Amino acid sequence: MTAPAMGGRGRVTSAWRKRLEILFFVTPALALFGLFVVWPIITAVQLSVYRWKGFGPLVDFVGLRNYVTVLADDVFVNSIVHNLIIVGGSIAIQLPLGLAIALLLNRKMWGQGLLRTIIFVPYVLAEVIAGVVWFQLLQPEYGVIDGLLGAVGLRAPEQGWLGDPDLALWTVLVVLTWKYLGLAVILFLAGLQGVPDELYEAAQLDGASWWQVQRKITVPLLGPTMRTWAFLSMIGALQLFDMVWILTGGGPANSTTTMATYLINQGTRSQNFGIAGAASVILFVIALIMAVLYQQLILSRDTRSDVVTARRKKTKKVIR
Amino acid sequence: MSTSNAAVLMHAPTTREPAKPGRTRRRGSFGGGNPVVYAIALVVVALTLGPVLYGVLGGFRTNAQIAQDPSGLPSPWVLDNYVGVLTGPSFWQYALNSTVIAVLTTAITVVFGVMAAYPLARYQFKGRETLFMVFVVGLLFPATVAIVPLFILITQNLQLGNTWMGVALPQAAFALPVTVVILRPFLAAIPKELEEAAQLDGTSRIGFFWRILLPLSGPGMVTVGVLAFVGSWNAYLLPLLLLQSDMKTLPLGVADFSSEHAADTAGVFAFTTLAMIPALVFFLAMQRRIVGGLSGAVKG
Repeated sequence: MTAPAMGGRGRVTSAWRKRLEILFFVTPALALFGLFVVWPIITAVQLSVYRWKGFGPLVDFVGLRNYVTVLADDVFVNSIVHNLIIVGGSIAIQLPLGLAIALLLNRKMWGQGLLRTIIFVPYVLAEVIAGVVWFQLLQPEYGVIDGLLGAVGLRAPEQGWLGDPDLALWTVLVVLTWKYLGLAVILFLAGLQGVPDELYEAAQLDGASWWQVQRKITVPLLGPTMRTWAFLSMIGALQLFDMVWILTGGGPANSTTTMATYLINQGTRSQNFGIAGAASVILFVIALIMAVLYQQLILSRDTRSDVVTARRKKTKKVIR
Repeated sequence: MSTSNAAVLMHAPTTREPAKPGRTRRRGSFGGGNPVVYAIALVVVALTLGPVLYGVLGGFRTNAQIAQDPSGLPSPWVLDNYVGVLTGPSFWQYALNSTVIAVLTTAITVVFGVMAAYPLARYQFKGRETLFMVFVVGLLFPATVAIVPLFILITQNLQLGNTWMGVALPQAAFALPVTVVILRPFLAAIPKELEEAAQLDGTSRIGFFWRILLPLSGPGMVTVGVLAFVGSWNAYLLPLLLLQSDMKTLPLGVADFSSEHAADTAGVFAFTTLAMIPALVFFLAMQRRIVGGLSGAVKG
């Protein structure tokens, strides 16, 4: 890729020229990244060891006391639990449901393109906009959901779905499922397009039933897509903020707080920047540990098992 | 945004395959038009679109109608709610802010991203992989972690609180890693012969970048651009902390309208519906790009 040798003097200037070019191209991105990503993260770590109310110099060094305060705070510990419930619940509900819908739709049928578009609609809406609509639907007095339940003889909780501390988190989970199921379906469908036709034809010739084909061929070949989707879902759920903020604001009685709502409350509302700093460092460490564990325990299979990819590549060549 | 980041990260080093030939409809082999399948599909459609359509129709009703029969249809149809939102000043102001911030974010992300990806893809130099790793590791940092110091930096140190740029710059910064990681293999895949031919014709590397590389990497730039635009348009947390009154974006405006006019359900539905429309139209038009970007990232 380097320029062909240009003779003695030329080589020196050309090396310098190359360096200048690299600097010219890379500097804007690095400067922006350093100022708005790296610097704030370092500052968060720094803030986490001071008591600071948002003005004046950082002088009140408290060591790890903010971490102790945060981890001894039931609200924060419960926030971690809520985040983990959302992580587990999202995967446990959306994986089988998304897979079932994707398998059903992965066939020649009327209106398939339209169907895919419709399924994608909740995903493209802003979380805030979806949240505001659902907030209205879930209102205890005039909300349509309670009305519909009443019509079939079911009683809704008196304080409303979002007002009952035992139900609020599960209600949030249902709304999140509505919002993000479409993404799972679309990604699984895209993964199914990659399963070579020859496999289906061969299985059919061997007399396999539809069900057998799905279980023995489709689902295993979809493994990498499902595992990666679950990773995305996990990282997103750990950072959950918008939907909770709109639907419940973390209430009632702190029953739906997440790590992100906790650190926003502490930071910009109560001006406890040290506490917020410690909370964000803990959030990051949890996300990092889970990401690394997931990568090691689950995703590593995909990088190791070259059999499937090799087979795929071969069939792709055949198709071409 | 953050979700797509993670996906790309896991497959960062692999080169992406060129777009597949148009998908073929070939899955007819196993029982096509089963009525049960259509029934399930209908249920899925109803559950998916129901809340959205209810909001759209709710905007055509009065609060009295909604209170009397939550699940009814508009009778008579009322245009007042929509007219009220469209003739009020705030909706257009918020839409303008959303658009400007999203355009600025997208422009900065794509320009800076493609510039950084170019030497990372096509120059040989010491520390190239280290530099690339800086961006890859950047994928792991969610904006939430940095949000409080970011707020202090922008409002106090840079005095950019409540400005378009104050939101666009950090949003672009957090979109850069995914942009660089997607674009690098894209730029690397452009054949070396083209570069050599250009050099023989006396074109410099910068000339090659402008005249050959940029035009050829159009599709990749559209994908990262759409992702950046989507992220900015739907963003809530950063605008929530940084923007007030006249500077609010649509998501902020919707949330505030909903809490300030909590009793005016029909008005909230009208405002929400109108805020949805531009996003829906744009995203559905770009659907293939978004899905392509996301699923490409997942498949690596």
